[in-house]
Amino acid sequence: MGVGIKVQKLNAWYGKSQALHDITMEAPANHATALIGPSGCGKSTFVRCLNRMHETVPEARADGKVMVGDLSVYNGTTAVQIRRRIGMVFQKPNPFPTMSIYDNVAAGLKLNGFRDQRRLDEIVERSLTHAALWDEVKDTARKKSGASLSGGQQQRLCIARALAVEPEVLLMDEPCSALDPISTGKIEELIFQLKEKYTIVIVTHNMQQASRVAEFTGFFLLGRLIEFDKTEKIFTTPSDKRTEDYITGRFG
Amino acid sequence: MGSQANNLALAPKISLWRRGSDHFATLCAVAAVILVLLPLAAVFGYLVYKGIGSINLSFLTKTPKPPGEVGGGMANAIAGSCLILALGSLVGVPVGIGAGIYLAEYGRNRLGNLIRFTADVLNGVPSIIVGIVAYGLVVLTQGHFSALAGGVALAIMMVPTITRTSEEMLLLVPNAVREAAYGLGVPRWRTILSVTLRTATSGVITGVMLAFARVAGETAPLLFTAFGNQYWNWKINQPTAALPLQIFSYAISPYDDWHRQAWAGALILIILIVVSISAVRFVAGRGMLKGAN
Amino acid sequence: MRTRFQQGLDELRARLLRMGGLAEQAVDRACQAYIDRDLARCHAVLEGESQINVIEREIDELAFDLLALQQPIAVDLRFILAVTKINSDLERVGDQAVNIVERVIDMVELPKVDLPVDIPRMAAAVSAMVRRSLESFIEGKAELAQAVLEMDNVVDRMRDEAFISLVKVMNDNPAVTRQALDALLVARNLERVADHTTNIAEDVIFWVRGADVRHNANPEFPAPQEISETK
Repeated sequence: MGVGIKVQKLNAWYGKSQALHDITMEAPANHATALIGPSGCGKSTFVRCLNRMHETVPEARADGKVMVGDLSVYNGTTAVQIRRRIGMVFQKPNPFPTMSIYDNVAAGLKLNGFRDQRRLDEIVERSLTHAALWDEVKDTARKKSGASLSGGQQQRLCIARALAVEPEVLLMDEPCSALDPISTGKIEELIFQLKEKYTIVIVTHNMQQASRVAEFTGFFLLGRLIEFDKTEKIFTTPSDKRTEDYITGRFG
Repeated sequence: MGSQANNLALAPKISLWRRGSDHFATLCAVAAVILVLLPLAAVFGYLVYKGIGSINLSFLTKTPKPPGEVGGGMANAIAGSCLILALGSLVGVPVGIGAGIYLAEYGRNRLGNLIRFTADVLNGVPSIIVGIVAYGLVVLTQGHFSALAGGVALAIMMVPTITRTSEEMLLLVPNAVREAAYGLGVPRWRTILSVTLRTATSGVITGVMLAFARVAGETAPLLFTAFGNQYWNWKINQPTAALPLQIFSYAISPYDDWHRQAWAGALILIILIVVSISAVRFVAGRGMLKGAN
Repeated sequence: MRTRFQQGLDELRARLLRMGGLAEQAVDRACQAYIDRDLARCHAVLEGESQINVIEREIDELAFDLLALQQPIAVDLRFILAVTKINSDLERVGDQAVNIVERVIDMVELPKVDLPVDIPRMAAAVSAMVRRSLESFIEGKAELAQAVLEMDNVVDRMRDEAFISLVKVMNDNPAVTRQALDALLVARNLERVADHTTNIAEDVIFWVRGADVRHNANPEFPAPQEISETK
């Protein structure tokens, strides 16, 4: 089952430049929360702070309280441990190019010391099924390379890979922006099903996608969270004029 | 209507000139290729011509006969080369790849620049000087010539090439691949070894083979280190025969039989290098999957 | 892309305003025709009706296209939805003007009778409501729309009074039943026009504030029990 994410006064910097200012919000468990905003508004930075991926950039740091369930992200656990509880899917599908489909899905487990071969088989099949990819690759999973799939399939492979380590939260950073409408549709369907087991935070610059997929939406602008509310409220009667101007295309 | 007719009149003229210069350029390119391949073909062809006759079972299995006598072979030199190259690789490859990993993953700093600079300088050091250094470091310390000293000399020559190509190949691995591993909660060191390095394997191996091919034929560094040996030797602490050394001493000798054997030895050396490179490529290729590059 | 969208919205607004103007003019003409017993004005209203119907179709088509092609959300979506509803109400207003005019045509043939009902006063009130509701749309001001909602009470009371007094007249003086009935029907038509203007006002509030105040959902508006008590 998923857990909720609570963020309190999160600030983030790249060197001297501050990218996030006092972000406070809550992403409820087993729901999808979308983050929208113009380019450079900090939504990707924010999401990467949730699983401490922000720290992989040299001279980047973050400060604040982030709770995933009852686990504190910045206080008391290592980044590596956090990332095993929070999975991430990136904008451009990035399967490991030298590994087979099977090995890709198993990578998160194998690279962390998992040895039980039989259970591994089960987990790989289950993850690929959850990612709606099993039927398409079940015969070639061990032989075909991850990079030989189409764009949409690669992204589903990355989702399966993230699901294999059984995280509680799944972060998706513009997962469909490199995909065609049909693949996008399949992944949106997938998100719908995944919500039952996981909590999903999805960054998107496509507002129609946010409105189709997420129950809650947050609008970011210049590193601040301007408005956070139920999706239908944001898209019918937003409280802040800046939100309304952005979603109606008056700027951005 | 009039201007159209003018254009039509000009068109074939321009086209002719263009086509002509295009063909000429293609001709030059082909000529350049032939010019480059010619020496290679010439060398190989000449070696085959001069040496093939002397390659027989006796040559490949017997040790040298005393000077003046006809017969004998370079078996010990072939074995010795393999031993020395193995020792050199044992030291040079891990050090080189390790340095390459450091430079690519951690080396965007002063220390990294220093290492790169050192590697480039080392690359340019004449092989004879490397030999003398190895002589001073190993031979004088141990008190005798040895295969080990030869290995050290060759390792010193291999490291810069392996370091630089490993670094470049690792830098070619897209950051997205590393991020994918981090996102799964894989620690950094594990990511580097099991993901980044694994992705760059093909390129790193190429770098290793380049270095290997380069040092396989080096003679000068072995002059004062391995020194050469008439007899079989598998002990790393004893002077050892090596193909380049043997070829050298036979070639400058006054004996015709030894000259003949030198040609054969040279041909064998080339063949061994080509075979070993192909073998490594084949083995590395088996590990590749359909569709990966 | 947004320029085309903005142009579409502007076009929609312009057409609705034109429709509003025509509807307002029809009501005014019909009332004046009743007061002056003027057949010429009646015919003007009847002719104007087809124009209103044409514009109603145009507005609906344009709104439909904008919805399909531009994926409007938030205020833009509310605006377009409000326009389609106001469109329909204005068309009904036009229909009511025609109904009034039909009563006038019937009435003109009968002898003039003095009836205890102040149709001109009611007409003036309703006319004001029509104007104010259109103003609230032009200005995009919810307060103006709110004022229209409050005026509806007054018009309802006038209709109830007209009903009582005209029924009494018909009982006391059966000879003038037809005239009384015509007057009663005109009063009812006017009250229906007033109802349509309150719908328009509610739609304006929906567009501007995003609040659905229909059927007295607005807490500012008196609760249902209170209204029945005053009646």
